[in-house]
Amino acid sequence: MGNFDQKVNKFIEIFVEQNGYAKVIQGLQNTLLIAVTGLIIGIIVGTLIATVRVLPKYKTLPKVLNGICSFYVALFRGTPMVVQLLVFYYVLLPIIGLKITGVQVAMLVFGLNSGAYISEIMRSGIQSVDSGQMEAGRAVGLSFGTSMMKIVIPQAVKNILPTLGNEFISLIKETSVVSFVGAADLYVAFNYIGSNSYEFMVPYLVMALIYIALVLIISLLIKLMERSLKKSDRRN
Amino acid sequence: MIDVINLKKSFGDVEVLKGIDITINKGDIVAIIGPSGSGKSTFLRCLNCMEDPTSGQIIFNGVDIADMKVDINIHRRNMGMVFQHFNLFNNKTVIENIMLAPVYTRCQDLKKAKRKKLFGKGGADASLASLTKEQIKKEEKEKAMSLLKRIGLEDKADVYPSTLSGGQKQRIAIVRALAMDPDVILFDEPTSALDPEMVGEVLELMKQLASEGMTMVVVTHEMGFAKEVASRVVFIDEGVIKEEAAPKEFFENPKDARLKEFLSKVL
Repeated sequence: MGNFDQKVNKFIEIFVEQNGYAKVIQGLQNTLLIAVTGLIIGIIVGTLIATVRVLPKYKTLPKVLNGICSFYVALFRGTPMVVQLLVFYYVLLPIIGLKITGVQVAMLVFGLNSGAYISEIMRSGIQSVDSGQMEAGRAVGLSFGTSMMKIVIPQAVKNILPTLGNEFISLIKETSVVSFVGAADLYVAFNYIGSNSYEFMVPYLVMALIYIALVLIISLLIKLMERSLKKSDRRN
Repeated sequence: MIDVINLKKSFGDVEVLKGIDITINKGDIVAIIGPSGSGKSTFLRCLNCMEDPTSGQIIFNGVDIADMKVDINIHRRNMGMVFQHFNLFNNKTVIENIMLAPVYTRCQDLKKAKRKKLFGKGGADASLASLTKEQIKKEEKEKAMSLLKRIGLEDKADVYPSTLSGGQKQRIAIVRALAMDPDVILFDEPTSALDPEMVGEVLELMKQLASEGMTMVVVTHEMGFAKEVASRVVFIDEGVIKEEAAPKEFFENPKDARLKEFLSKVL
């Protein structure tokens, strides 16, 4: 075990003395930033798509919108996240002539990507709400959109919260590919420590522990949120 | 108040309503009875365009609301609806259930009035624009509370619907419809999903409304209610109105053969 102690010492040395901790904090920040922004964009995009997909479809406009949304979902679910990142960063952005950083590209792509997944989650959530709820909303003179916003979606969100939590967890973990477009996440930070000490065992182990800790904390938060949202189901 | 002219409704190839004509006047209490699958619920749901009619006209306060170009939401505010399964908003407390639509629609009107005022086209709406959102909320809350008091459920104002009994839910659903001050309330089998014990309290409230002159269209299996309260009883079968008469005439001297058979089974 003496060998392992040595490795730990080396890691601590670089972590403390060679600015390793600053890189890790920076990486953690980027990882969380990308995952959280991605989730928020994803929820907005996903809710919009899900709403379009449950619209009554005897008019032309909903049909066209529905077609566009199906295409969007097929596109983003049908290609790996890494490919989407690369295409956005190296193909689409240069074509439009937009200059943004890797982290910003990652936030955008993660949002659009999770939007495709969340749309399906949200759709099943909306369909799990009794259709009488929408009817009652329409019957008192609220529009389709208002009934959706004020009555159906809040109940749908409550039903899908565990699944939405899963999506957030997988977003956190998937951020480990953003170094492909030069965004400095946790992987980049620990890779830096590893390359400076020619020793990868401890840094990558610590990285794994950080991911696990993040996911555990998030699971706990979701559980708490679920409990507070469930209050309208409780009988007292 | 409501003129239905040759109303037809098909679901796919199945024609459920085959041409219905009826006039509902202010203060009328119309009971609609008929065997299941006869189209009576579909007819009621067509009245406020919950189901869009396939053809025909529904003239409500002078406007044909079956026309797809009409903004149906505005007309639905004057047409309450009470459902078989209550359909209280599960994510809202009882008082929020009652206040939601009036507060929302009045705030929308307020926004519109303010916009008009801004562009100097105030006119009749100017007085509306002087209200604030908080005032509207306060007014509607008071109104909702007095409605709850009326049905003796003011202590339930802040609970969620999941804690209530069926009879309580349905009475709150009726009060929710009342909160919009509608010209007419449509009842879709309001007592069919209730325990026998709770049917009475809901019918009692409906009788009260009837005696106050509320216009009501009630799809029901409660023959007693139809006999006692209705001003007219309508028998729908196979998508057409087979008979329409005052309750005494309707129950004591039915003319249509199908109605005779139906009544002999249910009475």
